[in-house]
Amino acid sequence: MKAMRSIFIVAIAAGAALALSACGERPQVITYKQGSYQGKPDTPPWNGAQWGGNKQQWENAIHQRAQDQNEYKRIGG
Amino acid sequence: MARMKFLCDAERCIACNGCVTACKQENDVPWGVNRRRVVSMNVGVPGERSISVACMHCSDAPCMAVCPVDCFYHTEEGVVLHDKDLCIGCGYCFYACPFGAPQFPQTGAFGVRGKMDKCTFCAGGPEPDGSQAEFEKYGRNRLAEGKLPACAEMCSTKALLGGDGNTIADIYRDRVLHRGKGAEVWGWATAYKLPPSNGTKPAAASGGSKS
Repeated sequence: MKAMRSIFIVAIAAGAALALSACGERPQVITYKQGSYQGKPDTPPWNGAQWGGNKQQWENAIHQRAQDQNEYKRIGG
Repeated sequence: MARMKFLCDAERCIACNGCVTACKQENDVPWGVNRRRVVSMNVGVPGERSISVACMHCSDAPCMAVCPVDCFYHTEEGVVLHDKDLCIGCGYCFYACPFGAPQFPQTGAFGVRGKMDKCTFCAGGPEPDGSQAEFEKYGRNRLAEGKLPACAEMCSTKALLGGDGNTIADIYRDRVLHRGKGAEVWGWATAYKLPPSNGTKPAAASGGSKS
């Protein structure tokens, strides 16, 4: 009787281990790691003669330009 | 400033290929290379949609990850660019890119593959801004001129939006709020301005009684 009980407990434990085994699955999504750029350095767009390094002025111009894509504001809707 | 992004509104795109033409013209893109293309789904059946696809300037770009010579870089405003002087034209980036953005010019009788070419968000490359060398290798640098990509600015229906991610998201949200969704977008009432509740229908919406 005691042996049967032990076998039963072992079977339950094995079943639980099998059922939980999927919980240990590793994520299969690749984590990309960026390389370090080896080419020539680039200058930001606001460093040209037109903006003279004024990033805020460039950002305002780009923002205003982007707003022109919204016809509800550009021509009314 | 957040990050420069493209957003294509599938409800508006009419597959006119104006964006493709604008890109080719603005950047003097060689024959056989398409930095941008229009993809249509369910052609000829109800539910047909088209979207304009190019480099999406991914925040975590797979092309950058697989490049064996590390010729890619992110600009401060989030544009993915590359140095053609360093590129060896191996094609790894093409296999890694989920959008098929990297393009390879082919020359000669045996189709020798050249260095990779892709959408630059009209931001040129690592050559001096606005220089002839930059134009010949990467196309025009419109960002340095305070302009947005030619494809987005030329889009006749404004389906393709380009610019700061937060700004174009606001424009799209505003648009969706105005037009609604589903049948409201292209429904009869939208097309013919059916009065909402006065009980009378305009002539165009009455069913067309012939006399």
